[in-house]
Amino acid sequence: MSEPISTGAEWTFELIEEYHAEIADIAEEFKLDTYPNQIELITAEQMLDAYASIGMPIGYSHWSFGKHFIRNEQQYRRGHMGLAYEIVINSNPCIAYLMEENTMMMQALVIAHACFGHNSFFKGNYLFRAWTDAEAIIDYLVFAKRYISDCEERYGIDEVENLLDSCHALQNHGVDRYKRPNPVSMREEKERLKEREAYLQSQVNDLWLKTVPQKEVAEEDTTQPNFPEEPQENILYFIEKNAPLLEPWQREVVRIVRKIGQYFYPQRQTQVMNEGWACFWHYHIMNALYDRGRVTEGFILEFLQSHTNVVAQPEFDSEHFSGINPYALGYAMMTDIKRICVDPEEEDRKWFPDIAGSNWQETLDFAMRNFKDESFVSQFLSPRLIREFKLFSILDDEQLTELEVTSIHNDAGYQYIRQALSNQYNLSMNEPNIQVYNVDTRGDRTLTLRHVPHKDIPLAKNREEVLKHLRRLWGFGVKLETLDAEGKVKSTDECAA
Amino acid sequence: MVSARPKIFLSNGSDPEKTDMAQLIDRRPNAKNKSTVNRQRFLRRYKKQIKKAISEQISERSITNIDGGESVSIPTRDISEPTFRNDKGGVREGVYPGNKEFAQGDKIKRPLNQGQEKGRRASDSGEGEDEFAFEISKDEYLDMLFDDLELPNLKKNQLRKMTKSKTVRAGFTNDGVPTNINIVRSLRSALSRRVAMGAEPRRVLHELEAELEVLEQEVGGDETKRLALQEEIEVLRGRIRRIPFIDTFDLRFNNFVQRPEPTSQAVMFCLMDVSGSMDQETKDIAKRFYILLYLFLTRSYRDVDVVYIRHHTQAKEVDEEEFFYSRETGGTIVSSALEMTRDIIAQRYPPTDWNIYAAQASDGDNWNDDSPVCEQILAKQLLPQLRYFAYVEITKRDHQGLWDHYSRLLESNDNFAMQHIRQYEDIYPVFREFFRKQTQ
Repeated sequence: MSEPISTGAEWTFELIEEYHAEIADIAEEFKLDTYPNQIELITAEQMLDAYASIGMPIGYSHWSFGKHFIRNEQQYRRGHMGLAYEIVINSNPCIAYLMEENTMMMQALVIAHACFGHNSFFKGNYLFRAWTDAEAIIDYLVFAKRYISDCEERYGIDEVENLLDSCHALQNHGVDRYKRPNPVSMREEKERLKEREAYLQSQVNDLWLKTVPQKEVAEEDTTQPNFPEEPQENILYFIEKNAPLLEPWQREVVRIVRKIGQYFYPQRQTQVMNEGWACFWHYHIMNALYDRGRVTEGFILEFLQSHTNVVAQPEFDSEHFSGINPYALGYAMMTDIKRICVDPEEEDRKWFPDIAGSNWQETLDFAMRNFKDESFVSQFLSPRLIREFKLFSILDDEQLTELEVTSIHNDAGYQYIRQALSNQYNLSMNEPNIQVYNVDTRGDRTLTLRHVPHKDIPLAKNREEVLKHLRRLWGFGVKLETLDAEGKVKSTDECAA
Repeated sequence: MVSARPKIFLSNGSDPEKTDMAQLIDRRPNAKNKSTVNRQRFLRRYKKQIKKAISEQISERSITNIDGGESVSIPTRDISEPTFRNDKGGVREGVYPGNKEFAQGDKIKRPLNQGQEKGRRASDSGEGEDEFAFEISKDEYLDMLFDDLELPNLKKNQLRKMTKSKTVRAGFTNDGVPTNINIVRSLRSALSRRVAMGAEPRRVLHELEAELEVLEQEVGGDETKRLALQEEIEVLRGRIRRIPFIDTFDLRFNNFVQRPEPTSQAVMFCLMDVSGSMDQETKDIAKRFYILLYLFLTRSYRDVDVVYIRHHTQAKEVDEEEFFYSRETGGTIVSSALEMTRDIIAQRYPPTDWNIYAAQASDGDNWNDDSPVCEQILAKQLLPQLRYFAYVEITKRDHQGLWDHYSRLLESNDNFAMQHIRQYEDIYPVFREFFRKQTQ
């Protein structure tokens, strides 16, 4: 077993198979639980394609994907952008794309990183388990593509395109954060498609039949209950169920965009963990390959070079700085957890009494399964790492003329920095909180949204454009009210019917 | 993708019990250009903006530079995908790596480059840039430029005599001149002829030889019969020997025929007034017009020559640089340029071989007594030889004598057109007007 699998830089299908088998063997020793792998070799151009359609192998057609393709292609050609070495899809079997330009070492690295690292994360992490159905996603995408191209044939490209534009504007508001949805599932979708169309339409008709405008009574009737009774944060869902004028096929398109948005929701919340987990395992797997004598010195040096690049964290004043590198932070934290388990110091015993000295594989597995970035950071970021990264926090209050350093990497600051960094990954603090507040069911059917600013952070100016899209979906006037700290309406944007 | 038939490799691994086999699929051969649809959707949606960008860029191209595609930028705000986003402002706290000198409680001035930094980061998400720049291929460029346009009179011209003949290979023949002998084919047919002509004598020969052998085995055989056989065999051998190695009958010649081919060459005459009254802006407008014309012609003809003739009171043939960027003063006699065009055609571009186009740009000034002469030269001498003559008058003033005289040509000549350009924006519409698809 001590012959290197290959010595050259060129890859072949046979070699990829051999590496995969060997890596699978190592991963099994490490107890990584994965979906079966489906590895697809693609060209750089196909990689750009995959980029453009947000990594989805079979997206529906839309101009915005073309725009992203053009932009990426430009940057790639001018050398402004390297291509990702791999794209991996959360599905069962787990689909990973390998680029043909990669060297044999890169292919092996990608197999270790994506086919075993990301793959096991998709299978284990609670967010993915709750929000996505790996069995069905590919089928659902095929269904969506077909449905939308059918619609284009029937109702015209422009019509469908405009509808998709409007849905995309609200795609980030198509998730119930505090309710667990049914994972996207293909079989039910198909079976109930017809049924649902009819049902949805009847529901809508119902609502409006009961609330035919009655002019005399409508005047200043403050006792009239709100509709919806509770504010709803899932705007797309609200549209799908309640927009008065949408045709059944339009509701279905809204639903498709919403469901695909939901599929990405876990990814947005687990970037640090997901990449950290994959980097941690590719590092261990590649080293195990070397220890078994299955790869050469040159191979492992080439690997270390590219690994180091991936997990590098430029400092804040470097020209390469563009925020905290999720690969660097994630990898450092995973490695640090292992260190705390295997070789704890006094400080670690104080901060992490539960895990110091425990079995590192079990502890890492537990961390991977049960956290998202926000909670992962607030649970596992150690003082030692804060010192290594020399983290510090800065408060930027637009009311003040100066920025303030609120804490640095010292005893007094650890707890504070940990919380601040955790907040940085908290989606509900970083995405505007906008909810459906009311519909004027007795009057002109105006839809009112309410925005509760977090720490006075205002909405970007293009909200007016988004409101136009919302108006198109709703079919009547829409309003956006912004509340102040006391909960009073501070300002209103309107897009009239 | 679903319908494609990828190569599939199943890896068994070393352990047959293992369930985690990997499926290896080679996607490279298929599904190329998957994003073409999306790209076309993008171009389709922003056709209006792209066309506008293209028409604004025309002045930067040399007339004959049409090899590349074109880089187009359109305003980002037109193609943005709005979402509810947080703006800057409010109270926010961020964690940064790489602390060197800061201590808790330090106050820092807002960095001046914050704006830049914000801008850069914003552009990553697709907002904040002013322009979205991208390249379209040459074909896409020309399509956008010449959407709905059609080469004037082309149909009619193709029916007319615009053919040249060209020598092409056409298989082999049995006769021809010695230089065209095809050696391989000739020897091959010689060989087969020899085989064919020798077949019968050889068969008889073999029979006789067998008979002779039998005869010689017999004791006391018929001596006279034996001699007769031997003689007959000799005769046959002689016959076989005398089959010629090569015969005129064997010769094969490469065959060439003349095939008529439509001419793919065109010449475009650019005529421009460079007298004192033409300022640089007017010339720039004219240049755009010529670029369009050149692009337009290269779509239909493989080789397009361009002849630049500028004139004041005298005409002169010049190169592109001088044509557009040198200044002269003096009066204007348009007919001088027309005469020169006529002479150059006679010398270098026989109308039987060339598709001739001419475009004249002027601010309308002409020496009054000259305008009737121009009309005459065009009507009698030039127009019959030309595929198309386009006159653009670039001026903000009223028309003068030349316009009136040219107007008279319109009725009787369908290969003559004239238009009035006032400013940059008019060029494209005017060009379209010239070459509008001719509906029947």
